[in-house]
Amino acid sequence: MPYEWDFLAVLAQWPLLLSGLLGTIKIAVIAIAAGVIVGGLVAAMRLSRLWPVRLLGTIYVDFYRNTPGILHFFWFYYALPVLSNVSLGPLEAAALALATQSGAFYAEVFRGGIGSIRKGQWEGAKALGMIRGQALRRVILPQAARRMIAPFTERSFEIIKTTSLASTLSYGELLYQGMMVASITFRPLETYTLLALIYFALLFSLSALAKWGESRLQAY
Amino acid sequence: MTGPILRTMDLRKSFGELEVLKGIDLTVEPGERIAIIGGSGSGKSTLLRCLNFMELPTAGRVELDGALIGQVQTARDGTERITYAERALTQVRRRVGMVFQQFNLFPHMTVLQNTMEGLITVDRMPRQQARERAMAELARVGLAEKLGAYPSQLSGGQQQRVAIARALAMQPEVLLFDEPTSSLDPELVGEVLRTIHTLAEEGRTMLLVTHELGFAYRFATRVLYLYDGLVHEEGTAEQIFRAPQREKTRAFIERSSEFSL
Repeated sequence: MPYEWDFLAVLAQWPLLLSGLLGTIKIAVIAIAAGVIVGGLVAAMRLSRLWPVRLLGTIYVDFYRNTPGILHFFWFYYALPVLSNVSLGPLEAAALALATQSGAFYAEVFRGGIGSIRKGQWEGAKALGMIRGQALRRVILPQAARRMIAPFTERSFEIIKTTSLASTLSYGELLYQGMMVASITFRPLETYTLLALIYFALLFSLSALAKWGESRLQAY
Repeated sequence: MTGPILRTMDLRKSFGELEVLKGIDLTVEPGERIAIIGGSGSGKSTLLRCLNFMELPTAGRVELDGALIGQVQTARDGTERITYAERALTQVRRRVGMVFQQFNLFPHMTVLQNTMEGLITVDRMPRQQARERAMAELARVGLAEKLGAYPSQLSGGQQQRVAIARALAMQPEVLLFDEPTSSLDPELVGEVLRTIHTLAEEGRTMLLVTHELGFAYRFATRVLYLYDGLVHEEGTAEQIFRAPQREKTRAFIERSSEFSL
């Protein structure tokens, strides 16, 4: 007997799914915004002229690159309260875990973009009498930013998908709410199919937006 | 009578184990035009790049307008070392202009923006004034029509002329040219050399590293032939090109003009 699809029962639970979608967007926005700040700082550390500072930046990036993301979620949620008196809610713990790991990845995007600008551009700026910061701000970053867009978008998509790990902390994002819907309706097949479609629609429209943004920066 | 504008004493530069400059003494008087020639690896570009500290000298002194650049530090055993603070080097670079082999224009800025950039960011000149100065310099190099173009829309020769205008806009006391025509197609070399030649007629102090010996002959008030990190022979263009005294100089001139018309 073929499986009888019934999406209506699942769609009837739309308020749950909508709140899940909003939860996903909320945590993604926090993670990306905070991640950009952390990433900027870590990239600056990795480009520093002081080797201890560079080393710290490298250790930070290597730590996040070489450990699975879900461990950071568990660590901030379960371990932090034991080790300190800081007890975080699921949103705070998940946002912190995502922001710190996305910071490591963004740092590499920023550093890679800056490193891809050839030395002559620094020299051209220096020859006019610019100090390092001026050269970075006026000459290097405007060019590097364009090259960062594609990897930045790629990384941000990874982060949005990684928000689903927050479900393990019972944070009400899309996957967690979906699991609730599945258990209410006894329709996991339809529920997870629908979830995939929602994720796809969200990311696909974002990537269209990113492409449009990139094309607008092709001035020269 | 004022003193030399630029002076080096026992200038040395090593890259790791490789010593590229082995003690250069050079005095540049205001208004002099010095052509630096020599084979590849002779250290001529490195010498030029040490004069505005694109490379930091390993040892020796550089004086700009009579003032030593950097801080002398005496070690306990009496040896002297010079350390260079970023700020001081920035000020030297502000006063010594450089034109690069690869132009190094800023691709995200128009011709006009490239030329104004140093005045606005470094000198904090009001925009309108910077614009006028930049336009005057672009007119001088014959590119008044290209203000709004991006470097990628220009030929190599035009790009190099923009780079010259950009350096001139800072009104440098000394201008350094590092093989300014070496990356150009042959038919574009002339326009850049003509531009440099008009600057020569204005009495500017210039140092030029070049492979264009014919141009060096007409351009220079003095020629340095570098060999193996040292000034092997120097003199007027006439002396170096027509009557070189040393064997290596003679061989280099002959080799370099073997196929000239």
